[in-house]
Amino acid sequence: MSARYAIGIDLGTTHSALSYVDLEASDGEQTAHGVLPIPQLSAPGTVEALPLLPSFLYLPHPDELAPGELALPWSTEGETAVAGEMARSRGATTPIRLVSSAKSWLCHPGVDRRAAILPSDAPEEVTRVSPLEASTRYLQHLRRAWDQAHPEAPFDQQQVTVTIPASFDPGARELTAEAARNAGYASATLLEEPQAALYSWIQGSNGAWRKQVKAGDIVLVVDVGGGTSDFSLIAILERDGKLEPHRVAVGDHILLGGDNMDLALAHLVARKLAANGTQLDAWQMRALTYGCRGAKEHLLADPNATTWPIVVPSRGSKLIGGSIRTELTREEVTAFITDGFFPRVEASARPATRTRAGLTQLGLPYAQDAAITKHLSAFLARQAGATAELEGFAGRVSAEHTFLHPSAVLFNGGVFKSGILSQRVMDTINDWLYMEGAEPARMLEGADLDLAVARGAAYYSYARRGGGVRIRGGTARSYYVGVESSMPAIPGMEPPIQALCVAPFGMEEGSELELPGQEFGLVVGEPVHFRFFGSTTRRQDGIGDVLDFWGPDELQEMNEIQATLPAEGRTPGDVVQVKLHALATEAGTLELAALSPEGQRWKVEFDVRNTDNQ
Amino acid sequence: MLSNSVPSLTYRTPGMNTPTQLPGFWSRLSLAFGAFFKAAGDAEFAARVRDDQVGPVAAPPAPPVPTPAPAPAPVAPAPTPLRVNTPESALQLLTLLQREARLIDFANENLASYADADIGAAARVVHEGCARVLKEHFTIAPVRSEAEGARVTLEEGFDAASVRLTGNVVGKAPFKGTLSHRGWRATDVRLPQLAKEHDASVIAPAEVEL
Repeated sequence: MSARYAIGIDLGTTHSALSYVDLEASDGEQTAHGVLPIPQLSAPGTVEALPLLPSFLYLPHPDELAPGELALPWSTEGETAVAGEMARSRGATTPIRLVSSAKSWLCHPGVDRRAAILPSDAPEEVTRVSPLEASTRYLQHLRRAWDQAHPEAPFDQQQVTVTIPASFDPGARELTAEAARNAGYASATLLEEPQAALYSWIQGSNGAWRKQVKAGDIVLVVDVGGGTSDFSLIAILERDGKLEPHRVAVGDHILLGGDNMDLALAHLVARKLAANGTQLDAWQMRALTYGCRGAKEHLLADPNATTWPIVVPSRGSKLIGGSIRTELTREEVTAFITDGFFPRVEASARPATRTRAGLTQLGLPYAQDAAITKHLSAFLARQAGATAELEGFAGRVSAEHTFLHPSAVLFNGGVFKSGILSQRVMDTINDWLYMEGAEPARMLEGADLDLAVARGAAYYSYARRGGGVRIRGGTARSYYVGVESSMPAIPGMEPPIQALCVAPFGMEEGSELELPGQEFGLVVGEPVHFRFFGSTTRRQDGIGDVLDFWGPDELQEMNEIQATLPAEGRTPGDVVQVKLHALATEAGTLELAALSPEGQRWKVEFDVRNTDNQ
Repeated sequence: MLSNSVPSLTYRTPGMNTPTQLPGFWSRLSLAFGAFFKAAGDAEFAARVRDDQVGPVAAPPAPPVPTPAPAPAPVAPAPTPLRVNTPESALQLLTLLQREARLIDFANENLASYADADIGAAARVVHEGCARVLKEHFTIAPVRSEAEGARVTLEEGFDAASVRLTGNVVGKAPFKGTLSHRGWRATDVRLPQLAKEHDASVIAPAEVEL
């Protein structure tokens, strides 16, 4: 492949970005890099190149726009949807035609992610799109923007990396890879976002990162994006005299981010206005949310400011008489953001969970507890033993530690532009460490909070070619299928199941393992379903290990997986004995395959279409 | 801004969707500023900036640049032809200022009927929006880097388009004086591209809620 550039794509919940490294101008840890401005519609008939592409898709009514107003610098023949800034601003006034948070839907286990379900509250006549299709559209837009700017270096000949949350399950990873293929990405690799943030930090330091971390350090990456929060732990090892980062643990998927904070503030201010007799409509509410974001940023950046005014402009052309003035105070921001989302809690605090009211969830499964620090304490406690078996870390972890002790923290996400918030997280972690007699952790300086993920992804594309530092670690979970136990069934109780490990923790990319001993009988032509589990903590289980019992937090059940043997050349209804293989692909996905004794191979699908549910 | 680090971007070259008879970069710039400050309603300042901005500022690869109408014509045997500006870019800037800053709404209000507190609230919308438009679509730097009030010397052959002499203008260069305003110069303009069919005269569409 004659790649000239290493390209990194941050496919975010609220924004996407494309960054690149010029391979010809880079050597070792000295890289020549940039961010591609993305031409996009900012209003009808108006194209602007912006550093970020808002991850929104607007499905206009056929009569809504004048002909030719959807033109982009590339051919838009047959396009009916708009991605980017105009989608976001139009969609705010016509939400029934707006697709947002497609990425959160892509990892929502309760829905068919290939089904046209978005926007979820659209009326009948709107042609909906699937979460997969929406993601494909954003990736396609980025590819075309690249091809337009770099006709000399076609996109599909470059080395491309697309980022995903570390918490994505194998199904969501597979769907992201599929979206990339559908968007015309010849060979895209997936990378976890917190790793990308660390890569970006390494790249930004121009080699000086070796002075800021040392062997034995445990770096906690706290990534709070627009819609999700994601944590990872990366241990620094020394091998052959060289520092080598190892990703040792990833957190759960938490649908909670900066946008929730702005919305929380807007509702607070709206209640304040309502108490004085001013009711806001949906349009004004959006303007208020926008104003609250600005006010929040000012108050969180300047510790001396006590209030910040917010003006909700009139909707009509009478600007002066019709505008509503209000303000946000420091107390409100402290109570709602600093103490609401980042409370100073004990290390033993855990996020509150409520049982869901209904059986089916129609919306996204948002986090029920807004306290990010509580999610963080739960994560560190669950991972208390994450480094126990890592070389060079023996003796650093004592059985008395109730949580894993990080020694450095790297922040990512626009929320942490506020020094008050990053300091609050540092103070909280350092309180926990102090209570267990440990040294305080330090904050890693020089992170690029907005574009780190895209930049880090480009650096990873570059590092994969042997150009720079690489983070090791392999798969971040071990995986299990449920098999029925031989115990006798008890009336009124579900038959007990055992968990059979089909893919161990830390499988390096490119490695393939066969499940020893166990064979499965698959019926030709009939889908066979397995219950499927993952664990972020059981590092010691080997392939083929069978668990009879496990703690409530140890294994998380995921969507069922399914294997179907096609009927070609066989008699439907026959039973074929197959062996299961686990493969960690070079592209960053996990594959389970069924192999017949004759060597035929079928993929086990992670994303089962729930046709009966839809 | 990040976009500056990307040399390959072609904001200024007319794209496939742009009308072919585009005004040149400097004429768009002059138009843009003219429209902005006229709308802002400060005639004296507008005039000063207009005079500063028009003409060959940083040796651009531009055709011979005559001065637009309002500037006093130098003593010349024959009048040089004046540039004709197309209104497209000016309308575009007005669109941006209305969208982001509600400038047209604001300028069309009768201030007499409102209290200063109400005007102040609206002014916040206008100020914040104007600042955003300037920041996103222009790169503006002072013409002179010295602090205002500092003594400056203008050597012979200084650029009269970017420095205006006032007061006791006699003798010949080098001129010594006090910097009363640093001046502003747009070093980059990033106006959005327009679709071929786009009607730029609609500054803000009427809105009808269904």
